[in-house]
Amino acid sequence: MSLESFLVVAAIIFSIGLYGALSKRNAITVLMCVELMFNAVNITAVALSRYVVPAALVDSPGATADGIAQLLLTGQVFAIFIITVAAAEVALGLAIVIAIYRTRQSVFVTDINLMKR
Amino acid sequence: MGEAVMLGQGTEASLATDIVFWTIAVSSIVAAVAVVQLRNVFRAALFLIVSFLGVAGMFVLLRAEFLAAVQVVIYVGAISVLIIFAILMTRDVDEGSPSHRLRIPVAILAAAFMAVAIFVAVSTEWNLIGSGELTEAASSKAAEVFSNTIPWIARLLVGNFVLAFEVASVLLLAAIVGALALVRER
Repeated sequence: MSLESFLVVAAIIFSIGLYGALSKRNAITVLMCVELMFNAVNITAVALSRYVVPAALVDSPGATADGIAQLLLTGQVFAIFIITVAAAEVALGLAIVIAIYRTRQSVFVTDINLMKR
Repeated sequence: MGEAVMLGQGTEASLATDIVFWTIAVSSIVAAVAVVQLRNVFRAALFLIVSFLGVAGMFVLLRAEFLAAVQVVIYVGAISVLIIFAILMTRDVDEGSPSHRLRIPVAILAAAFMAVAIFVAVSTEWNLIGSGELTEAASSKAAEVFSNTIPWIARLLVGNFVLAFEVASVLLLAAIVGALALVRER
């Protein structure tokens, strides 16, 4: 269990999500794969904030406890905001999928070509 | 594993945590593969929940207990339910989740990305906490921060990151209104 192992696992999950998001026709599966990618990014952010010394902390050795906490926990705070945005994104994405399903009876991204004509 | 020993109780890299980590890692990767490979969308969503739980376990191993709880509550509790609802509402689509014809190039692209990302992760000389870069005082403060991160995150969220915090609440409100407007019967 080291920084590299977390980063490698996150890279593998991100690539699986990337493959699924780009190759699947079902829009709900695409959204699920996007969630996988968000998760991989969160792992990376938290692992880096857990293991790596922030460069700003090396430059300012006399930082206060609050300052050190901010430098060390930025990754975790970022992950919280990523989760917030992901929740908003999946709610809107699924709403769009259901709205399209109502009018076209399909959830396949290849069938949604209204703007192509 | 010197960096882990520096950071106080509960973080010593032992054989047990290694076994736990690799079990969680392999199961969440296998679940992620199942999400993209199963043709039945409902089963794929169930495997997505397994993958979310694995990521929550990794957050615990990274001493991000608050994020682990958030992960379980929001991803496993809310997003999965939302996805399953959407699958059930589009039940008439019985072809499942096929791939389109660009599958092979996309697989090559994703594999290339994975190779580059793993190469960068492994070959970079990371400046690890505990490698002696920090002064004694800074190291002990870092250990204190990681021994209990939740109060520090609370102070950061309503302190330095308060603007982002408020913008996130406006974003969620806009998302709620937008989702309701999109799915409203008319």
